[in-house]
Amino acid sequence: MSGASAIHAAPGLSYEAGHEHDHDAAGKALWGFWLFMMSDLILFGLFFATYATMLDPMSYAGGPTPRDLFELPGAALETAALLTSTLTFGLAALAVKYEQGRGRVLAWLGVTLALGLVFLGLEAREFAHMIAIGAVPQRSGFLSAFFGLVPLHGLHVTAGAIWLVILMVQIAGKGIDAGLTSRLARLALFWHFLDIIWIGIFSIVYLGGIV
Amino acid sequence: MTTDFWRIVFGRLDLGALDFLTAFRDPTLNEIILSGAAWAVILGGLAAVAVLSRYRLWGPLWRNYLVSVDHKRIGIMYIVLAGIMLVRGVLEGVVMRGQQADGLGGGFLSANHYAQLFSTHGTIMIFFMAMPFLTGLINIVVPLQIGARDVSFPMLNSASLGLTVAGAALVMISLVVGAFSTGGWTAYPPYTDSLFQPGPGPDYWLWSVLLAGVGTTMTGINFVVTILRERAPGMTLMKMPMFTWTALCTAILMVFALPPVTVSTAMLLLDRYAGFHFFTNALGGNMMNYANLFWLFGHPEVYILILPAFGVYSEIVATYSGKRLYGYGSLVVATMSIAVLSFTVWLHHFFTMGQDADMNAAFGIATMLIGVPTGVKVYDWMATMYRGRVRMTVPMVYLVSFMVLFVLGGLSGIILANPSIDFQVHNTLFLVAHFHNMLIPGLLFGMLAGYTYWFPKLFGFRLNDRWGYISAWSWVAGFVLVFFPMYVVGLMGMTRRTVAYTNPAYQPWMILSAVGGVFVTVALASLFVQLYVSIRDRAFTRDIGGDPWDARTLEWATPSPVPAYNFAVIPHVHAREAFAVAKEAGLGYQAPPAYADIHLPGDTWMGVILAVFGTAFGFGMIWYMWWLAALSFAVMAVAFIGRALRGDRAGVIIPAAQVAAEHRAWLAAVGRLAPVTREHEQDGINHGVAAPETREVAA
Repeated sequence: MSGASAIHAAPGLSYEAGHEHDHDAAGKALWGFWLFMMSDLILFGLFFATYATMLDPMSYAGGPTPRDLFELPGAALETAALLTSTLTFGLAALAVKYEQGRGRVLAWLGVTLALGLVFLGLEAREFAHMIAIGAVPQRSGFLSAFFGLVPLHGLHVTAGAIWLVILMVQIAGKGIDAGLTSRLARLALFWHFLDIIWIGIFSIVYLGGIV
Repeated sequence: MTTDFWRIVFGRLDLGALDFLTAFRDPTLNEIILSGAAWAVILGGLAAVAVLSRYRLWGPLWRNYLVSVDHKRIGIMYIVLAGIMLVRGVLEGVVMRGQQADGLGGGFLSANHYAQLFSTHGTIMIFFMAMPFLTGLINIVVPLQIGARDVSFPMLNSASLGLTVAGAALVMISLVVGAFSTGGWTAYPPYTDSLFQPGPGPDYWLWSVLLAGVGTTMTGINFVVTILRERAPGMTLMKMPMFTWTALCTAILMVFALPPVTVSTAMLLLDRYAGFHFFTNALGGNMMNYANLFWLFGHPEVYILILPAFGVYSEIVATYSGKRLYGYGSLVVATMSIAVLSFTVWLHHFFTMGQDADMNAAFGIATMLIGVPTGVKVYDWMATMYRGRVRMTVPMVYLVSFMVLFVLGGLSGIILANPSIDFQVHNTLFLVAHFHNMLIPGLLFGMLAGYTYWFPKLFGFRLNDRWGYISAWSWVAGFVLVFFPMYVVGLMGMTRRTVAYTNPAYQPWMILSAVGGVFVTVALASLFVQLYVSIRDRAFTRDIGGDPWDARTLEWATPSPVPAYNFAVIPHVHAREAFAVAKEAGLGYQAPPAYADIHLPGDTWMGVILAVFGTAFGFGMIWYMWWLAALSFAVMAVAFIGRALRGDRAGVIIPAAQVAAEHRAWLAAVGRLAPVTREHEQDGINHGVAAPETREVAA
């Protein structure tokens, strides 16, 4: 044995009996999902930043300004729908945790889905109104930035709603097993994440636009 | 009526877009080169189909590669893709060198063709040569180095590859159908807006970068989780091999640096397809946002490219010096510092675009700071070689050339980091010389060194050394001859991306540069000759023991070629460079006390579906064939949702008895082979079992 190996007490590597690496699939999936959300957060962050740079007269290009377009009651209603849906998703998660039965879980998820759809409907109505008064994304850089940021969030909510439907079908079909619990946990994370993004949109786009 | 129908079917595609026909209409040299390239793609594709059919390889290709989720197979496919794209990228570079040697007042290429060449050259080399190459190496090596059976998300891995292939396929299709963007690899608007380039060119760029970028983000997520969660018992972070450390930093950068380019391409697509005004000149667009977004990705991207190469160099320098890697801790810290600092310098890509002097100074200083950790690394590698038993193998030729050339390139980078100097030389060939000086000796040499180093692990035989040396030295000579003249003409004021020039003083340098192009072509050809000769003579270079280089890390403790399950039994790791320590203790090849069944993930069609329908989706969007785009998107969505509903495919279970039999047979083979000393490393008697080094204990 030469000098170098004397530094190491153990001989590099060994094989121990009866120890196969345990496969924590749910934990790994959750890690991966967290990373995906961090990546997604940067996507949103850059759309927010772009929006912020477009809040000046040059980018309004003579078109409507935030003050002309945004009003609090509509945005407040959307916020209420989405934030309540986060609460009901939390209640669904509690129903899973305390094993209150498939029916209770599906009921709360159903309420969550309904609130998500209400949110999307309100948002669609707002966009339709803006388009009707000529505030289209082709009008100015500012409106492009708005229609880049806010519908991107809406698209995420839509994807979340589709995912929710898939999970509800699965829960209705085969009950709540470990795999579904793990998927539900990831969707919950996603749903709460979209809530946080919405709070950013509400503060920067709507409140900021009116102040 | 019928015209309307065909317009719906073919969108804006018509016969005029078919490049391989243009030379028949207008046989100038420019058009012949354009059509010739298109024919090369068509004939190359047909030849591949013919060979696969002739030797009945479709079945094995499908089963063993296309639907496989084995990280090694996926890695090989990435590297094959990189090799194909390398050929095209290099040849484009050589054509450009030829043009500029002849470019005094003209040349043989049209300005438009030249602009397409530098745009595709850059796009291919960054996104479809460098990225697949390093992703392939990471795929192959990292799970082996950390003692894992596979990556954390094998299906996602296949999906990432599928998206990368789709992006590359679009770039290749652009050679045959229509023209590529002329906006450079950065595609700055407003030049790439529909006002200035209404044709399909920028759309080809945007869709291929978007598809590949999403794939890369997923690769990043996959490898962060793999490295943090799949390590063998006992392998703490500070026991990880250096290549795995650089792979971790690269994966983190992929997760956080790819979103900006996804955003910038998505916005530019909205500008082009839906009339948005993110970056337009009119109605409040702001093209500086594009520059910021793109380089917010672009600069970390440079370190995504270089860090894995640093990892390769760290592995080979220790192995071929027969010494422990010097300054492991400092290399880890330097790697992390580079990863963090890489987010703080993006503005140096546009010092001249309008921000004030203080802002430029801040980013200039940050840029110079990155030189410090990089310098630490170079010293560590030199200190590893110092008083080592250095063998000048092919990877070491790449390493030594890299250390000299990369430091020179780094010095020109420090020059460019000074905004006041940058104002003088920006947009000249000085800059082109600088970044090629970083990326060729840095990235390309590193990848080729890694390819040579790990090849026997995958295929069970070593690469031919003679052709390896020819290729390596030709790359070095070619690189120096092509790019050092560019420093000179750059300082003389010759601008980049210009097809011709009027100053006769440039021409001798450009001719010299074109001579370098010949060497580079020889180097490229030698790589393929080497592969051919190596396969032909594989009986003489068999690697049975799995350790042909007397190497130090875990991947070499496996048989060559590595079985699908990697390790018969997952080892417990007690040291950095665990295999070297075990070998020194005479415990390199231990028989495990017991074997267990091994579970491996099942095949997936996801990669193939994304590659085929991702390409079709991009093609449909580019040519306004909306039905094709919608259909392809629907197929991908259904595949994705279908898999979500059905869950993972049933895996494969390899019974313990089979694992035991295979492993014991290998251990017996190792026992029969004569250990080889390093003097005979490149000889026919090296079958992959290393003799213990008899070396006096040096202080």
